[in-house]
This record gives sequence, C-alpha cells and structure tokens, in this order.
Amino acid sequence: MKMNRFHRRHITESIAKGAMLLSFLIMAGSLGLILWTVLYKGLPALTWEMISQTPKGGFYLGKEGGILNAIIGSLYLASGGTLIALALSLPMALYLETYLGKSSWGRWVRLSLDVLWGIPSIVYGAFGFTLMLALGMRASLLGGIIVLALLELPIMVRAMDEVIRRMPVDLEHAALALGSTKLEVATRIVLRQMLPGIVTAVLLAFGRGIGDAASVLFTAGYTDNIPGSLLRPAASLPLAVFFQLGTPFPEVQARAYASALILTIIVLAISLGSRWLAAKAGKFTLK
Amino acid sequence: MNTHIQVNNLNAWYGKQPALKEINIEIPKNQITVIMGPSGCGKTTLLKTFNRFLELNDGAKITGEVLVNGQDIYQPDVDVTEVRKRIGLLAQRPYPLPMSIYDNVAYGMNIHRMKKDRLGYKASVKHYLELAGLWDEVQKRLHEPATGLSIGQQQRLCLARGLAVEPEVILGDEPTSALDPISSQHIEKKLLELKSQYTTVIVTHTLRQAKRLADHVIFMYMGEVVEAGPARNVFTNPQQERTRQYLEGLF
Repeated sequence: MKMNRFHRRHITESIAKGAMLLSFLIMAGSLGLILWTVLYKGLPALTWEMISQTPKGGFYLGKEGGILNAIIGSLYLASGGTLIALALSLPMALYLETYLGKSSWGRWVRLSLDVLWGIPSIVYGAFGFTLMLALGMRASLLGGIIVLALLELPIMVRAMDEVIRRMPVDLEHAALALGSTKLEVATRIVLRQMLPGIVTAVLLAFGRGIGDAASVLFTAGYTDNIPGSLLRPAASLPLAVFFQLGTPFPEVQARAYASALILTIIVLAISLGSRWLAAKAGKFTLK
Repeated sequence: MNTHIQVNNLNAWYGKQPALKEINIEIPKNQITVIMGPSGCGKTTLLKTFNRFLELNDGAKITGEVLVNGQDIYQPDVDVTEVRKRIGLLAQRPYPLPMSIYDNVAYGMNIHRMKKDRLGYKASVKHYLELAGLWDEVQKRLHEPATGLSIGQQQRLCLARGLAVEPEVILGDEPTSALDPISSQHIEKKLLELKSQYTTVIVTHTLRQAKRLADHVIFMYMGEVVEAGPARNVFTNPQQERTRQYLEGLF
C-alpha cells in the first residue's frame, strides 16, 4: 500500500480546497468591508433625531431633521410591492407547476419570466413613468408600489417555481391516491411542503425591492413628508442615500452612510425574522 | 367466485411502447390477489390502471374496460377522485403528508367532508390508527410531525390514512419492499387481518411473500397475463410452462 501524502490526487485536492477557501474569503471580506464602511462612516451620524424626524429646512445643508420620511416611504413601497407580487406570483407559480408543468407553454412562461428578471430596474422605472404619464398619474406611492411589484414578480415566481419543482412527485401522488383534486394537492400539500422555500423567495424579492433606487426614482418621486395617501409621492432610503451622498457637505454625506446603515439593518432584521419563520414552517415538511 | 374488479380487453402503452396486452382478469372480493412476475412484466402498470394512476404518466394510453362492481371507471362521466377514494393505494415507499400524525389520518376524511364535527374526526383517527396497528405507538405524539416516525411506522400510518377514506379496495405496490423484515411482517399481518373487509391486490416480486399472502394469483410476463387462478392451484399445479419455470426460479 502506498502512503504518499504528496500523491498527485492529494495535491489536486489541496489546490481545489485552497481555491474554494480563497473565494470564500474574498466574499466574506467584501461583506465585512461593506459592513465596516457603513458602520464606521454612518454610526457617528446615526442619532435618534435621524430616525424619528422628517427633514427640516436646511437638512440637506447639514441642519437638523432626519430621514423618517425615507424609512416609512421605503417600508410602504417595499411592503406594498411585495404583497402585490406575492398575491400574483403564488397562484402563478402553482399554476406553472400543477397545470403547465414541462409543457411548451410552461417553457415559454418561464423564459419570459427569466427575461423579465434580467431587465434593469431603470427600464422598469422608465416603463412605469411612461405608463403613469399616459394615465395622467403623478409620481406617487401607488406608482412606486406597482413598479416594485412588477420588478419583484419574476424574481418571486421563478424562485417559487424552483422550490415547487423540487417537490417530490411521490408526495403529490400520495395525496392524489386519497382522492384529492389537483387544487387540493396544490393548496394543502405542495404549499405546506414548500412554505419555507416560499418564505425565502418572498424575502429575496423584498430585499431587491427595498434596495432598488432606479425604479422608484420617477415613479414614487421623493418628498420630505411622510406620504399620507397612495396618490402622494413617497421618499425611499436608496434615494435618500443617493441625494445626501451627492451633496458637497461632509455632515450630509455622513448622514448618507447612516441612511445606508438603517437600510442594511432593516434588510438584516427581515432576513433573520424570515429564517426563524421558515424554520417554524419547516417543522412538518418532508426532508 | 364473487368478482369485485373485472378487467376486459385492457391494453396500455407508454408512448408507442406496449405495456399491457389484452388483459382479461377478475379480482375476487374480500380476498388477497397477488400479481407477480419478473421486473418489467407490467404488474405495477396493471395495478395503476385500477385507481387510474396510469394516466398521471405523460404519454400513457389505455383502452379497454376496468369494471369495479360492474361500473367502468374509465367512462368519461366518472369522477376520478371518487375512484381513488374507493380504491386506496399503499405505495412502495411511505410518503407522509407534511403535517402531524393526526392530520395525516384526518386529511382524507377532511377533503371528502366525511365527518360532521371534531369529535367525529377524533374518534375516526383513533379507530384507523388502531386498525393499522399504530395507535399504541403514537397516541402520545399525535400532533408531532409524521416525518419523525420510523419508516415502518410511516408505512402503517399510510395504511391508516388510506383506510380512513373508507375504500373498498386496497392496492399495494410492493408495499414492503422498502421496509425492514419486522416492519414487513407487521404490514403483511395487517393485510391478512383486513382482507375480510377489503378486497386487496398486491404487487410483489418476492415469491415467498406471494405464497404467504395470496388467495388468488395473477402471473404476468412481458405485458401479458400468463396464468391466473386460485393460489393453491397456481402454486402447486401451474398449467403454463412459463409459470412453472418462474415458480422454480428459472428466471
């Protein structure tokens, strides 16, 4: 028996392992660097005033006020968009799997969703803007919500579709064998089995929605007030970062990083919350 | 013989590939019928025509009649969910539904709205778990995930779940092939106990299991029924050369 640790196969494995470790370190390093930058530059400017007040006169010159308008605006926009996208994509994903399956129609629907996924968000924004002009609408919370829903829809449907496709077909047959209709299989079995994956899909779409600046730039506009109605413009955190970072004043730029920090914290909180939810929902599922 | 299922001129194809050729058989009521034969002979395909599961395969085509109590289940006005409620299936591997042990048994009664209130469901869940010989092991953990059970317990849960929708026929597609010997014995014992109330059709590739269970035997080869009849006759005095060779273990 040969006991050579420096055999070619072992060397190949070490190199491969090294390469994987290196890529992990680059990824983790970038994440760490992003978090560190946002914390280092944003934390000093993150005051209670920042998150509890709307901008006062001279805010963008470094005077008092906060970005409550953008925090609330972003939460409204992303939640509204995600809810609409969820309401549309869940039936769509179930229909794709249950009735279309691998048919040529199903392939077409999936292809168009993939194309939609790849369209840049500024194009969604421009499209939404044109549509709103045609309808005589102004930049508003509603406009932003609709465009975000459109932006999130393909992400959510395709993520759910992948999840549903991993559903064991024998489990569906088990339910069919008891005399279930296809609808009962979809809503009572597939949905339950796939709930953890669906929660993840929703989170993925929400994250894209709340972090997107380009699509809401024209459609939701920007305002220093908290939107009081769906037809009023709404501010958003990504745009708050963008506008503040564009000023020549260091105090305001620091606030841009504080805004970015708030956005990061919101996404992190939702991510952790949904993980907890997914684990709870996964208690009964087949592994 | 009191016939429960009668098959007339049944043919089936997967795409262009013939899978069943001119099947004409009768399945006796309240007995265990065992379908046996070498792999690929069409025994599972035949079983799947009894609960209209074959049509779940893309490209499967069926002609002929399958009469259950004299009624053809392939007539267009027949409700397929009703067929599957009346003809239960115990699959090769147990697939518990993604819910609690209790809900697994209640599920079928629930979709068919078979009970009036919670107490009705509760009593029935207990009854069918007892019937499947699982009640003592699970009565203290009814609301825990069914996936936490051992594979043998899961198969008995699937039996309870299937019995709960009050079928007339139990189909078993090699129902013990994924189980350990003790769990297999459990299932076989249950099937023997239940045969007075249910017509049972089992597909198996183990000859010894066929001999332990069968009242009636169907021997298939290459998509055709070679020989069918009472187990005693077929096992001790096969009429066909092929059957004799199979029983002697020649293929």
